[in-house]
Amino acid sequence: MTEPVLEALGVEKRFAGVRALAGVDLTVRPGEVHALVGENGAGKSTLIKVLTGVYQPDAGELRYQGAPVRFAGPPDAQAAGIATVYQEVALVGSMSVASNLFLGREPRRFGMIDFPAMRKSAAKLLAELGIDVDPARELRTLGLGVQQMIAVARALHSDARVVIMDEPTSSLEPREVDTLLALVRTLAERDVAVVYVSHRMDELYRVCDVVTVLRDGAVVHTGPLAELDRVRLIATMLGRDIAEVRREGSTAFSGEHETEDEPVLAAHELRRSTVLDGVDLEVRPGEVVGLGGLLGSGRSETVQALAGLQRLDSGAVEVNGQPVRPGSAAAAIRAGIVLVPEDRKVEGLVPNLSVRENIVLAALPRLSRLGVVSRAKQDAVVRTFMERLQIKASSPDQRVSELSGGNQQKVMLARWLAMSPKVLLLDEPTRGIDVGVKAQVQQLVDELADQGLGIVMVSSDLEELVEGADRVVVLRDGKSISQLRGDEVSVDAVLAEIAADAAEEVGS
Amino acid sequence: MTTVALRRDNLLALTRDYGVYAALVVLVIINLIITPNFLAADNLRTQAVQVVPVLIVALGMALVIGTEGIDLSVGSVMAVSAAILPLYLGYGAFPAILLCLLAGAVAGLLSGTLVAVVGVQPIVATLALLVGGRGLALVISDGQLKDIFNPTILALGDGSVAGIPYTVLVAVVLVALVALLVGKTTFGRQLVAIGGNRRAAEFAALPVKRVLLVVYVLSGLLAAIAGILGTARLTASDPSKLGELIELSAITAVVVGGTPLSGGRVRVIGTVGGALLMQLITATLIKNDVPVSVSQMVQAAIIVAAVLLQRRAAR
Repeated sequence: MTEPVLEALGVEKRFAGVRALAGVDLTVRPGEVHALVGENGAGKSTLIKVLTGVYQPDAGELRYQGAPVRFAGPPDAQAAGIATVYQEVALVGSMSVASNLFLGREPRRFGMIDFPAMRKSAAKLLAELGIDVDPARELRTLGLGVQQMIAVARALHSDARVVIMDEPTSSLEPREVDTLLALVRTLAERDVAVVYVSHRMDELYRVCDVVTVLRDGAVVHTGPLAELDRVRLIATMLGRDIAEVRREGSTAFSGEHETEDEPVLAAHELRRSTVLDGVDLEVRPGEVVGLGGLLGSGRSETVQALAGLQRLDSGAVEVNGQPVRPGSAAAAIRAGIVLVPEDRKVEGLVPNLSVRENIVLAALPRLSRLGVVSRAKQDAVVRTFMERLQIKASSPDQRVSELSGGNQQKVMLARWLAMSPKVLLLDEPTRGIDVGVKAQVQQLVDELADQGLGIVMVSSDLEELVEGADRVVVLRDGKSISQLRGDEVSVDAVLAEIAADAAEEVGS
Repeated sequence: MTTVALRRDNLLALTRDYGVYAALVVLVIINLIITPNFLAADNLRTQAVQVVPVLIVALGMALVIGTEGIDLSVGSVMAVSAAILPLYLGYGAFPAILLCLLAGAVAGLLSGTLVAVVGVQPIVATLALLVGGRGLALVISDGQLKDIFNPTILALGDGSVAGIPYTVLVAVVLVALVALLVGKTTFGRQLVAIGGNRRAAEFAALPVKRVLLVVYVLSGLLAAIAGILGTARLTASDPSKLGELIELSAITAVVVGGTPLSGGRVRVIGTVGGALLMQLITATLIKNDVPVSVSQMVQAAIIVAAVLLQRRAAR
């Protein structure tokens, strides 16, 4: 067996007296793809931050290429050869692809940046990795998925010995995931060690050799991934019985809510310049309708249009047969349509406000008299939803940015449920949240449907889409192309619809 | 969490939030020792009266900064208000004051429209008004200094009740109103949310444009009030000088008081503390025969310290 390139020995880390890491050992060898898994709060992020020099361990040591090291900060770790690809793209949107690839290590000539050389090497690198993008293009004009590929390319390009990937696929489409995983294998073949963090079991089994499972800040298992089947892995992560996990299945959706009622939400021929090209959609009370399709197929744009957050060139939206003025979020909310957006950090949460204020944000006018907020009414709403959604916070006054992803998502749900909606639009409701809370959110979606809410759910996780939805409407190029219902709803069927001529879509 | 209450992060946050009060206390103690007659009613009154215009302007500035904006036009709006006042005193003090307030509101509406509706960056929109407003004030007044003889205005600048000058009372009432506005009203909470995450506010269908518009109008109104009080105290309308560079003092007071320039937080009482602190520093140094230039350098150091604290305490 090869010598480890990076080791953590008995690493401990405490925050304000709370132990985040309790003596963690991790051994990463060249050429291996090492899965790091655990529920949120298990210590994955903290461990990664220790490995990349963001935090210094309180006890224990790091060894890099056999020698003890101490990284004073991320630049130190990078200089040593530890590169990191984050969940959120950490690049400069206003700069070109090439500039991003070479940021901080631009090729120079006579002390000035040699742009032609830079563009040339960028083009070569991208071609090598099968990424079809013009290096001169401004990064922010590209889709999130492509941006993430650039981030990986950047890591790959530097002379990294270790690449740490923190949920690199959470915003990627299935086809992009394939390309990314191929990249990961390429890295491993070049004898780079990859530490791979993901909640997606599929990917782990496709690409990882070794797995380390963290729970409550300690390593509970480490060894070859092939020796641990999926159920056993989840059970180890959750610290639960295998039988229990089997019984609950991989998702917590119960499935069917078929109803014959009149639709609570009806959308006809939604169009908007290049993004929407005729979307039809009906949702009945108590029904969960899934929106399938690739990134860029118009899923998020559809739910945003329904919520009044996108202008429409034409098309009509009705709630209980009454037309809703398009392009007005306030009108949509009055009509009972609410959206839990895809990107909670950017579109949802106000980070430096408390859990309380984030929950009541949209409901403020209803909780006020003559413009003065009623503390009592506010508290009642906040208490109700914190209990009902089991939001874990030290108090309603805790800053929302301090909560885990899952609890932040629950705060978003609470904000919109507090508006007593008729139609709930969920854009990627479980992205980036851990297995346990994910199940809770899915269960909640089920319960809400049972209570008569019409629900539209966008999810890139096909399994979630298929398990959770009663019907799946598949979008392609901004147009609803087909509808699967009842027994037709399966991962294969959705994939078949999406893939019909998916080849032209990605990267466009 | 309670076991180790004073971790470094907490300490930083505490210093950011309450540092301005601690600094004030220290400064008062120093003054008690080195400055003769510091506690004399006269001196306290002078300090309070001097700080009023900056404080009032800073209240509006705090609101604007809370939305992640900035209002550079406040000094010029003061000047416009000062220029208008003597022109209409013939109709009586109150109509003239109302017109001044109206002018301030219109100025705020102008920059607010540019920011909220047209989408111009606040610094550019209010910079335009900073330049244009001063020009307008000079046009209105012919660039002349005009003495004020109206007894109501003179009383406003000079009078007091139970030893407390009217101008100070006005400031106290405004502080209370703004504090309530920020803390207790829908508008205040929406304002803070917009500054904290504009896009999230839009997604939550908050009336973003309306709130921004009103915020700039309030800043204009408060600047107009400062202009009236400043003129009353001078007993003369001086549109060429009044309010010059006051935007910088106001921003300083806001930032030193713990309101981050990145928005999403408004500390009204902190702003009062910030304004008092800067006033007291200048006064202390001057009273102890230190040149004004040194006082400016001390102020600069305090601004840098406040900004550093905010950056490090923000997670």
